[in-house]
Amino acid sequence: MSPAIETAGLSKTFGETRALNGVDLFVRRGMVYGLLGPNGAGKTTMIRILATLIRPGGGSARVLGHDIVKEAAAVRAKVSLTGQFASVDEDLTGHENLVLVARLLGFSWRDAKARARELLRAFDLEDAARRQVRTYSGGMRRRLDIAASLVARPELLFLDEPTTGLDPRSRNQVWDIVRAIAGEGTTVLLTTQYLEEADRLAERLAVIDHGRLIAEGTSRELKASIGGRTVHLRVSDPARRDEARALLAETLGHDVHDGHEPTLLAVQCADDEHVPRVLTALTARGIAIAELALAQPSLDDVFFALTGRPAEERPTEEAA
Amino acid sequence: MTELAFRTATTVARIRPPSALSATLTLGWRALLKIKHVPFQLFDVTVFPIMMTLMFTYLFGGALAGSTQAYLQYLLPGIVVQTVLFLTVYTGVGLNTDIQKGLFDRFRSLPIWQPAPIVGALLGDLFRYSLAAVVVLIVGLILGFRPEAGPVGVVLAVLLMLVFASAMSWPWIIVGFLVRQPESVMTTSFLLFPMTFVSDIFVDPRTMPAWLQSVVAVNPVTHLARASRGLMHGSVQLFDIAVVFAASVVVTAIFAPIAMRLYYKER
Repeated sequence: MSPAIETAGLSKTFGETRALNGVDLFVRRGMVYGLLGPNGAGKTTMIRILATLIRPGGGSARVLGHDIVKEAAAVRAKVSLTGQFASVDEDLTGHENLVLVARLLGFSWRDAKARARELLRAFDLEDAARRQVRTYSGGMRRRLDIAASLVARPELLFLDEPTTGLDPRSRNQVWDIVRAIAGEGTTVLLTTQYLEEADRLAERLAVIDHGRLIAEGTSRELKASIGGRTVHLRVSDPARRDEARALLAETLGHDVHDGHEPTLLAVQCADDEHVPRVLTALTARGIAIAELALAQPSLDDVFFALTGRPAEERPTEEAA
Repeated sequence: MTELAFRTATTVARIRPPSALSATLTLGWRALLKIKHVPFQLFDVTVFPIMMTLMFTYLFGGALAGSTQAYLQYLLPGIVVQTVLFLTVYTGVGLNTDIQKGLFDRFRSLPIWQPAPIVGALLGDLFRYSLAAVVVLIVGLILGFRPEAGPVGVVLAVLLMLVFASAMSWPWIIVGFLVRQPESVMTTSFLLFPMTFVSDIFVDPRTMPAWLQSVVAVNPVTHLARASRGLMHGSVQLFDIAVVFAASVVVTAIFAPIAMRLYYKER
């Protein structure tokens, strides 16, 4: 069977900006695949090209075996897109929105209404079915939006930043939904700027930056590729963090970068023998250590190792 | 999330994409739903013509036509024309809103006849134009307007307005594609003021300076207003109707292809 997505040298330029710069991507059917990258990396452009909303500037792509330019209609019949902003009609009710999409997909009125009811129930929107969407919360809108993408059971679902702007509870609901969709055998390609999200949902990841694919693999592979482990270190005095960073970079000759809090440092360690050297170096200089942990590198570390800068931050909140 | 019932969802393994007609009608249905849910918008746009009718009839009517009654007979068909033409802006506003909200992306990613969202919106607008025309006509009847050609003449006049208004929607569709916010579409609607005032909707152009008279004479709105008065009162000139049809064809032929090109162009 043909792969879900296969691109070769995919490029796109908007005026002076190179949004995509020769991307080769391969996505097997039946998996959740994550496109990870900061704002403006080219993720949305990628998805819009694959969903046939815009034409590629160069290169080629096949989606579910169909050429996205020559067989755009065939692609459209099999894929579904949920954009970054809930693309539902705010003046209409939730029920009417789903009936509308079902009708446009070719359902009879009766089937369209039945399918709408079914999806509203599945997405926990039954109580709000007869209310105008403008009265919905952000999480409800997003659920309705995803429901609208599932009316015809696509073989491939594009989700562009499905949880951006959602509270943690709604985000977890969306995650459950994505897993359930994948559980049905639908391939999901999702973009995200959140490493945690990619880590939890996606079987495989592509890291995109400045329109280029800079790494690809499972999150485990990506973590392994930067080698070794990471020492997460908390100094007692935030004023001495810079000093500690400089010292460690010098003694270990390794990447050392700042964590998200003013006292945190992350040190890449090729092997465990480096750990005592970290301790020795710091105590010799009289820098007090409040906390020290040895961990597998996070995707944050991966992103840093690949691009030399930290990924976008989302306010830390604990997921259930 | 209680249970993910779409797992066991019934339905329809393979569905066939809808026909062009079915997709268009469905999107027209959507436009009707919007009128149902936001009727206030319609009320909004009929307040202005009603106010104009009252003002012109009672302030100037006596001076312009000898009596307010005689003036109302002259004015009202033109006011209906003005009402409908001002509504054409909303075609562009609605379209722009859909683009900004990402709804157009959804429509475009569906396996439907691609112009259906635009044509469907136009269908809904025709209904909206008719509704607004009826509201203004009812107010006119209450004030004492009496169409001498009876209901048939009135219906024919409104149909003629619909023809011209659907042509005039195209330029606004273009504006809807070009500007960034729905409000900007509204801002450009001031163009409709000279277009409707420099016509014979409000006064007989004979007292105007000669150069202005010639502008009024070539303004298709003048012919539409004249034809509407003629149809409602039973004194229509075929020439005016012909000009309205010709103008509608020309406006559509110029603006519709541009609009469709913008539609297919990527945003």
